Amino acid sequence: MDVQMLTFIIVGASFALYIAIAIWARAGSTNDFYVAGGGVPPVMNGMATAADWMSAASFISMAGLISFMGYDGAVYLMGWTGGYVLLALCLAPYLRKFGKFTVPDFIGDRYYSQTARTVAVFCAIFVCFTYVAGQMRGVGVVFSRFLEVDIVAGVVIGMVIVFFYTVLGGMKGITYTQVAQYCVMIFAYIVPAVFISMMVTGHILPQTGFGATLADGSGMHMLQKLDNLSVELGFNEYTSGTKSTIDVFFITFALMVGTAGLPHVIVRFFTVPKVHDARKSAGYALAFIAILYTTAPSLAAFARVNMIETINGSEMTGTSYEEAPSWIKNWEQTGLIVFEDKNGDGKMFYSGDERNEMKVDRDIMVLANPEIANLPAWVIALVAAGGVAAALSTSAGLLLVISTSVSHDLLKRNFMPNITDKAELMYARLAAGVAIVIAGYFGINPPGFVAQVVAFAFGLAASSFFPAIIMGIFSKRMNDKGAIAGMVSGIAFTAAYIIYFKFVNPAANTPDNWWFGISPEGIGTLGMMVNFIVAFLVFKATDEAPEEIQELVESIRYPKGAGEASAH
Amino acid sequence: MAFRNEDDKRAYWSENLALLAKLLVIWFIVSFGAGIIFVDILNEIQFFGFKLGFWFAQQGSIYVFVALIFVYMAKMNAMDKRYGVDEE
Repeated sequence: MDVQMLTFIIVGASFALYIAIAIWARAGSTNDFYVAGGGVPPVMNGMATAADWMSAASFISMAGLISFMGYDGAVYLMGWTGGYVLLALCLAPYLRKFGKFTVPDFIGDRYYSQTARTVAVFCAIFVCFTYVAGQMRGVGVVFSRFLEVDIVAGVVIGMVIVFFYTVLGGMKGITYTQVAQYCVMIFAYIVPAVFISMMVTGHILPQTGFGATLADGSGMHMLQKLDNLSVELGFNEYTSGTKSTIDVFFITFALMVGTAGLPHVIVRFFTVPKVHDARKSAGYALAFIAILYTTAPSLAAFARVNMIETINGSEMTGTSYEEAPSWIKNWEQTGLIVFEDKNGDGKMFYSGDERNEMKVDRDIMVLANPEIANLPAWVIALVAAGGVAAALSTSAGLLLVISTSVSHDLLKRNFMPNITDKAELMYARLAAGVAIVIAGYFGINPPGFVAQVVAFAFGLAASSFFPAIIMGIFSKRMNDKGAIAGMVSGIAFTAAYIIYFKFVNPAANTPDNWWFGISPEGIGTLGMMVNFIVAFLVFKATDEAPEEIQELVESIRYPKGAGEASAH
Repeated sequence: MAFRNEDDKRAYWSENLALLAKLLVIWFIVSFGAGIIFVDILNEIQFFGFKLGFWFAQQGSIYVFVALIFVYMAKMNAMDKRYGVDEE
């Protein structure tokens, strides 16, 4: 059976599974729709959180990015996992005890202010839309490469599936499909990694194979060989980076804090029955995420060695284009690999200096890896199913936050306080439907700046939500004016810096012009500090939070008496 | 009120903060310390075929993160029981 047929079968089977789960887990009330009835077991919630969090970017792009960045790739590895420590220790248990449906709910109630709530709603919607456009694109890319359908058709198929289980099942449907999607994607990620690790080093675990000696009998360590190859070809040594220490520090911090402030991740902790479970499921979530995140850097290194050897040949003199393996030809058709025979010798050569004749897009590394390593066809099909699962699970989580923000935070809490549960549920479904259509539009017609706005989303979450929530829990007296002033100035500062360097004056986007050498990706850290400082100064100049709010804050600091998440 | 008295309430919270501070210091040391600030010094040391600083940045810190959350969970659950504020 050929690869395409197998891909149809495996991806099709995974879709059938998701739809079956959606029908089984229909939502009957807003409580089901927003927080899955608050009855999700912690291990399941851990898996769902992991799938929610690991997007097409984690699955498809991250290993490729690391493969091209070497040591500097650590910003993503540490940044996107370290945030869970903050989440588990400083946010999740308290927010669960607080027991509402959404992040704007917490901000609005804790700071006794509709303005604060509205600011939070718009931040949440903006962050989520930014993300979801990229996810839909990911679905489109996987479909068009592996199923050879048009990218538009790919996006539409993805939209229909997500529409089906989000609108029908809400959080409940999403949670249980995400559990299935986690299993599909982790299996799809680990299988090729284990195969490749065995081939290159003889180790079953990619995590130990990463540092092991090569299986070719040379006795050389894999990383040593990669360092030597990189230097020989005019790249930086793989295990040392090119970014400045301060920039690595700030980017890592911004990604960690941004992770802890992302609304679609936080909301997952409202779905467990108890405070105790919120702590536990954060631990499980990170453990499940760590399986992929510790495999990714190994995969990145193996993929790089394999790619260099395939293109340059074992003698490092280049291989003939005529005899190029089929994966090079396949990906050339998508424009993600470009070969230009500069010296006219008919041979391909890849390097970091003027000898280079290849352009290889970093996004293809994970998807092309099984082909590069000559793995069986079913592994290639599995990777396609994993990529789709990663994109769908994250899209669904984001779309749910958008629909909840509209139906609950905007309509119920602002414009129509007397709306019945049934009507609210209908609006939530309607909002989810509209959001999917908009997301699909952006997936088909991606704005040129999708990649740039990812930094924007993290910076925004880091400089707005995170400080507001932390102060709301750890300071009893922080007031509405301080929090609002902090959020607004944090966002404004971060947004201005990013917009200036990314859109207004991209030519100036070099380390010499950055403040303190901090790139736009890392500026959210400074924005977060601005938020804290402004909030503190304004707070000092105004009255502290009223007595009943201080009592509320005291009550979220211990677990006893946590009821179900509720609207009142 | 869930606590037996005001003193208990204060003691519970300050014990919680002390635990948080300890764990967050470890969190900072393994990632920002070993993986970023002191990476070049640690890279002089070989560790199962890795340069140690590089290993912390791309593997080690993640394992420690997972452990930190489970330690926090266990300690807090014990503390909740001790103060009688756990969920039944």
